[in-house]
Amino acid sequence: MFSFCEDPSTLETARWFACYLTNGVHLQFYQSFLKVLLLLAITAPVALAFGFLGAMAARSRLLPLSLLGKSYIAVVRGVPDIAFFLFFVIALDQAFEYVRHRVLCPDWTDPIRQGSDFIVCAQAKLPLGTAPQWVHETYAFVIAVITFSIVFGAFAANVLYGGMRAVPRAQLETAEAYGMSPRQTFWRVLVPQMWVFALPGLSNLWMVLIKATPLLFLLGIQDIVYWARELGGTKTPNFTAYPHGDWRMWYFLALLIFYLAMTKVSETLLERLMKRLTHGQATTGGEAQRRAAA
Amino acid sequence: MKTLILGTAALALTAGLAWADTVRMGTEGAYPPYNFINDKGEIDGFERELGDELCKRAELTCEWVKNDWDSIIPNLVSGNYDTIIAGMSITAERDEVIDFTQDYFPPTASAYVGASADANWEGGVVAAQTATIQAGHIAESGATLVEFATPEETVAAVRNGEADAVFADRDYLAPLVEASGGALVFVGPDVPLGGGVGMGLRESDTELKEKFDAAITSMKADGTLNALLIKWFGEGTQTY
Repeated sequence: MFSFCEDPSTLETARWFACYLTNGVHLQFYQSFLKVLLLLAITAPVALAFGFLGAMAARSRLLPLSLLGKSYIAVVRGVPDIAFFLFFVIALDQAFEYVRHRVLCPDWTDPIRQGSDFIVCAQAKLPLGTAPQWVHETYAFVIAVITFSIVFGAFAANVLYGGMRAVPRAQLETAEAYGMSPRQTFWRVLVPQMWVFALPGLSNLWMVLIKATPLLFLLGIQDIVYWARELGGTKTPNFTAYPHGDWRMWYFLALLIFYLAMTKVSETLLERLMKRLTHGQATTGGEAQRRAAA
Repeated sequence: MKTLILGTAALALTAGLAWADTVRMGTEGAYPPYNFINDKGEIDGFERELGDELCKRAELTCEWVKNDWDSIIPNLVSGNYDTIIAGMSITAERDEVIDFTQDYFPPTASAYVGASADANWEGGVVAAQTATIQAGHIAESGATLVEFATPEETVAAVRNGEADAVFADRDYLAPLVEASGGALVFVGPDVPLGGGVGMGLRESDTELKEKFDAAITSMKADGTLNALLIKWFGEGTQTY
């Protein structure tokens, strides 16, 4: 990066660190922070959508739909995250490949499971064996996002379901008295009012989601935890221009600060959002705001 | 019409060949000098250089993939990559699940490293990496085994006193001992373990295995493999 980085062993401390912290591996480390932020940015809205659908299904008057919603919430909430992550990622990948295999290679006669091997034809591989490495990495990332969304969607569904039930019955009765159809009541009266009841639960969930992002590491994605461990490990002079001892503690300390900063910023933003949502609501918070203004 | 069908068949056949031509090479990237991540963030080491040469000789396009050690065999079997080239010793247990090429590294010596010359490697607590032949050896010896997921952690356990000694490939430990300035020393005897290091492949990939076997044979024959071994492991290393 800098012109003086030719021979790091001759540099004094400040310049040595300037070179060390900007070498190729460290740039990959910094990129992995973006990976985590991207995961959060995609997973949060998708999980919320899953949650909304789940909650709608759970309170549906059609029995099969309601059972489907309720069992989604119960099953996913009841299984440990890690078990679900490890199982689901492999199962999802193999399911995709199995379907593609059936469609793309109909005249393939060999069994798909041969002993412990899972073999589909080359055209059905996902991503294709010939695809460049970034495609493989993106695919793994997408599978991770889907899994995160399903898991956190179930928790969000439960929170939203509770939020919907917390809206005062009188509000809905009034809407019906005005002649609104059930659909109108739902979208115009229930949904706008439920957020204030759901937000404490959802903000909690968001915090848990931030803290759950190191699970990416378990799925074999090279996230910040992977790089912190790799970069912090002892480096001997034979294999690097920047030999150092075991610095894992400092790298993990940096991660700790990163996560604390993330949750602190979220807390502030969520508090503001709560204030806005409370405005004009028939809740204790809304009443307090009204009194303070009056 | 006939030529059309023949033409399509030929196209399908060559397309099939093209599919098979990219080989994904799985490695750990945390076990210098066999494989490690260099300052640029690329996979480097003895196996990187060897693998690239083997692919050139077998006329394959190869791509390198990093994977954690403890899931390296399951991910090969489920098809995430096509070979394991990660300093993996050929053993009977592994051979039941996957196939190996002939060895490209002679049977290795494993060694104990402790924090001082009187470290209790015989009956004390000894660290080794999970699912390695070294871990298997310690489990059967009189010492207490503690396992870690990465080689780095096994050595860290000795440095911070959690373990009396670490047991690993001598070639991995040697640069660490050299750089430690006396904080780490070899203790006890060297132990010859395993049947050499080979490349792991799925049982069903016999064609690919034959290609790599032929490439390794040709590298052994013209001495390039020995030159690589000496370059990465020093003059004293075993050669073919």
